[in-house]
Amino acid sequence: MSAARGSGVAIVGAAECDLGVTDSSILTLQSQAVTRALADAGLTLADVDGIATTGVSRFSATQLADYFGIVPTWTDSTFAGGSAFEMFVARAAQAIEAGQASVVVISFASNQRSARSRKLGGVHEPWIPEAQFEEPYDMLYPLSYYAMAAQSYLHRYGGTREQLAEVAIAAREWALLNPKAFRHGKGSLSVSDVLGSTMISSPLTAADCCLVTDGGGAIVLTSLERARDLKQAPVQVLGYGERTTNTSFTAVADLSVPGARGAVQDAYARAGITAADVDVAEVYDSFTITAALSVEALGLCGEGEALDFIADGRIRPGGSHPLNTNGGGLSYCHPGQYGVLLLVEAVRQLRGECGARQVPGAEIAVAHGTGGILSTHATVVLGGSR
Amino acid sequence: MSDMTVSTDWTPGEVPPADENSAAYWDATRAHRLTVQSCTACGAVQHPPRALCTGCGSMEHLTQVDAAGTGTVDTFTVVHRAPRPELNAPYTVARVRLAEGPVVLTRLEPAEPGETGWRIGDPVAVAWADLPDGRALPYYTAPTPDPSGTTSKEH
Repeated sequence: MSAARGSGVAIVGAAECDLGVTDSSILTLQSQAVTRALADAGLTLADVDGIATTGVSRFSATQLADYFGIVPTWTDSTFAGGSAFEMFVARAAQAIEAGQASVVVISFASNQRSARSRKLGGVHEPWIPEAQFEEPYDMLYPLSYYAMAAQSYLHRYGGTREQLAEVAIAAREWALLNPKAFRHGKGSLSVSDVLGSTMISSPLTAADCCLVTDGGGAIVLTSLERARDLKQAPVQVLGYGERTTNTSFTAVADLSVPGARGAVQDAYARAGITAADVDVAEVYDSFTITAALSVEALGLCGEGEALDFIADGRIRPGGSHPLNTNGGGLSYCHPGQYGVLLLVEAVRQLRGECGARQVPGAEIAVAHGTGGILSTHATVVLGGSR
Repeated sequence: MSDMTVSTDWTPGEVPPADENSAAYWDATRAHRLTVQSCTACGAVQHPPRALCTGCGSMEHLTQVDAAGTGTVDTFTVVHRAPRPELNAPYTVARVRLAEGPVVLTRLEPAEPGETGWRIGDPVAVAWADLPDGRALPYYTAPTPDPSGTTSKEH
């Protein structure tokens, strides 16, 4: 790779908070994630002058700064659903390169399983158009929207629910290799397990849907120059890109075409890579269809080919295109706004820390987040330096 | 415009009040008239109604115009787990592409017609669920066959 490519910023720390069912508060879990990521980097809270987070409160980053007793020179609390953290990497890299911050922590944590705070609907503020024109029809949010996207994709390209089930089956195979996965030790999934699971919003069954768990994580970024003096081998931010497409479900003309494609192309261009250079991909699998659309957006296969592409074990452990190597939102952990954990796993793969699930020789990783109802799409390309 | 009634036990949930941009849309529903927002400056047609035209940015040229009340199913999902306890499942929600172009989110009745249920590309026509405040909420159903044989097939 050309030395001119990529940013002058690196990820130097990464960690999860407690996962699963924690009976802990959001701020306890945030504290775990941030202090563990800083310890991983060999840094402390006193080094932090930038914070990016969501899901804490109305003033998320401000709240965290107050709680940690620090006065940041830069914050970002942009609410963009599960892709916010990939967007934060772009903002943080720019802030570090511009000298506005020197050490940035990006974090998220949720106790949604313990707190039973997940709702099936009723999420729209009464003054936005969706409250008048969508919510009266009782779609499950976000499930029914992804279900409609799945229906559209299967119809357009002639795919089947059986083919789509492979996303969940592969995720489970990875989870069986990850002791921290919620479904670790729960055995393999079969096509009939996925199709025979409770139908929630056709064509998606419960097994097509991500978990609802507690959990979260954090990553620490600083300049590549400073990173060279720290504890871990730096993971360089090579590229990033994003697209914001919709909040309503009527704005996008064709749901079977991934809105993510532009985000990915921008990220690859910044990094100076192509899809063929990607050794490992971590994508937001809120639902099986989300991962299938992301595989296509990442350019791992052609338009409409995702289900054929994944059919022969390519994305499973040992496959040619390892995907969601921690077990994903489907079988590892899904605290809502899962995007930060894509970055944590990508960093660990590039450092070679993943044990049984390690992708041998991984040098380039991609984290790709999807937020809302296919609303926001953000991609980060990372490079290892082992 | 058709004013058909399809037997349904559906009672819509609360619909928020109109604002200044949606008032004309909701007023028309009291007479079971479906409208879309049109821009007299650039000709763009949009839904839901907004304060500005997404085609040209004008805030001065928007007006609600009558829609044919017909369209095709763009995609759909049969929901088996209702988000509020008083709602019966399964029921079907869909994206319908109106004859005028805009896509609307809506409900299809009945939930699973015939032996195969709904299919993408099926033609549909608007029907109305009256709300307690006099407004009506549009949903869609199979069009009644047109005796003159001119019912458009938009597959």
